[in-house]
Amino acid sequence: MIDWILDPYQFEFMRRALLVLLVVSVVGGVVGTFVVHKGLAFSGDALAHSTLAGVAIAFVNGANVGLGALIAAVATAIGIGWTQRRGRVSYDTAIGILFVAMFSLGILVISRRTSYTPDLFSFVFGNILGVSQSDLLGAAVLGAATLAFVAAFRRELIMTAYDPSMAETVGVPVRFFQYALLVLIAVAVVVALKAIGIVLVNAMLIVPAATASLLVRRIEQIMTLAVVFAVIASVVGLHLSFHANVATSPAIVLVACGGFALVLGLTARRRAQVPAEVLATPGGGA
Amino acid sequence: MTAVPPPATPSGPSLAADHELAREPRPPGHEHGELALEVSDLWAGYPGQPPAIEAIDLRVPLGEIVGLVGPNGAGKSTLFKSILGLVPSLRGEVRAFGQPVREARADVAYMPQLEEVDWEFPVSVNDVVLMGCYQGLRPFGGWSRANRHAAGEAIDRVGLGAFANRQVGELSGGQRRRVLMARSIARGSRLLLLDEPFAGLDAAVQHDLLEILDALVQEGRSVLIATHDLSCVASCSDDVLALNRRVIASGSPAAVLTEEVLSLTFERHLLQVASFAPQFAGDHSGHRVAVHDEHRHGE
Repeated sequence: MIDWILDPYQFEFMRRALLVLLVVSVVGGVVGTFVVHKGLAFSGDALAHSTLAGVAIAFVNGANVGLGALIAAVATAIGIGWTQRRGRVSYDTAIGILFVAMFSLGILVISRRTSYTPDLFSFVFGNILGVSQSDLLGAAVLGAATLAFVAAFRRELIMTAYDPSMAETVGVPVRFFQYALLVLIAVAVVVALKAIGIVLVNAMLIVPAATASLLVRRIEQIMTLAVVFAVIASVVGLHLSFHANVATSPAIVLVACGGFALVLGLTARRRAQVPAEVLATPGGGA
Repeated sequence: MTAVPPPATPSGPSLAADHELAREPRPPGHEHGELALEVSDLWAGYPGQPPAIEAIDLRVPLGEIVGLVGPNGAGKSTLFKSILGLVPSLRGEVRAFGQPVREARADVAYMPQLEEVDWEFPVSVNDVVLMGCYQGLRPFGGWSRANRHAAGEAIDRVGLGAFANRQVGELSGGQRRRVLMARSIARGSRLLLLDEPFAGLDAAVQHDLLEILDALVQEGRSVLIATHDLSCVASCSDDVLALNRRVIASGSPAAVLTEEVLSLTFERHLLQVASFAPQFAGDHSGHRVAVHDEHRHGE
């Protein structure tokens, strides 16, 4: 058993994989809590897919691919925020259009190259074993910045999410924080991009936070528990993929989804019960 | 020195006596003309649409409760939001304690309607009430001991002490309103803007809430309440303003809550109003009232 756990880490690429997954888990758990509770899952998916345009353009021009992904994701986040405020079509329609436009742009750019481009496909499906030292450093820096922002402005982010009208009347720059949340999601997506891949990166935002939300009811508790679940899923998935010789990111996502299903089943009975005090107090029936 | 009888409220004792919740006399001072809120010729609405409210004049004197009545769609919430700067004003002026509202932020508390709030968001009653104590952007800022104390007191005051750590989504509609009320109280503001605080509350809770409002006013706070609950307005307000996009009438409850004014204000909702109005119809004791001329001509 000990061997099963420790063996993989004699390889440097596995140690790097573990470290980058820890960063992804922490950032995904914290930012994902907002994604789940503000109904931004589709935005997260759109932001993930939009990065393909940035990745492809940077790759073709020999620029930094991670930076390309970051620029594309942040630009899309601002686009989503803009349509949210003043769009003339519904919010999810606007996101859907941005999503396919950016993804198509990425495929178009890639299609111009006749040679095989394995590096680009590692972004689409994830390539945890290809995470370089500089990829790890980039993820760590972006992750630390994301966490620092959330810690610094947690009151403002929570007030904007809960009651934007009142928040604005007491001096919270609500518009700024609505955009900031989308940019945080964009950055979280980029942090996890190389390890998990465009297609599955949204899972690291949604699944651990959704699992935690089944068990606890306060945002700090949900964030903490989401990080714990994400770390567990990452480590278990990483080991499964190493020993069973299967792709890593789907292994991690399947473990996380299995955990969600398990918790959902275990809490189904508890959820069905209405707390008796809610009905018994004055005004409770109102 | 002989005992001086308490000063009569502007609405007069006769009206108060008609209602189960008789108002206690107010501390002197509010009659000196100082204003908590002054709205002059305010026109407001959303861009690209006709103004939702027109030419609104409204005054909330210090230490008074002013009720804002009107049917759904009359612009009550829009008026609140334009006072607070959430809806752009097209013309006119709003001043709180003699200052633009943005500069008097710490002195103004706003309780929105329930629909404005995301009740599924994972915060507790205590977390929400603490939000009332927010005083401006401060990176890595937290809630002080004084904030926590104010929040705890406000929660007790609205009778939710046993629910302080409950997630707000688990609360009933009436409890949710009380959470928002507690948040407004915790802010410690001298002016409270309450949008539909009575809706969906049963009679006992309404009564408790009226008592809380009365206590707040005794502390020298001023309150503007938007509601379509005429009986609550009648029993708690010093002044009433009837609104239907424009000011239909303003003055004491006895003067404004008449069949004539209410039928002008509520238009199609006349049938429901008719069953309410007669209890005021007999009161002609010279209360001040101003029914705008153009509405009379429209009859």
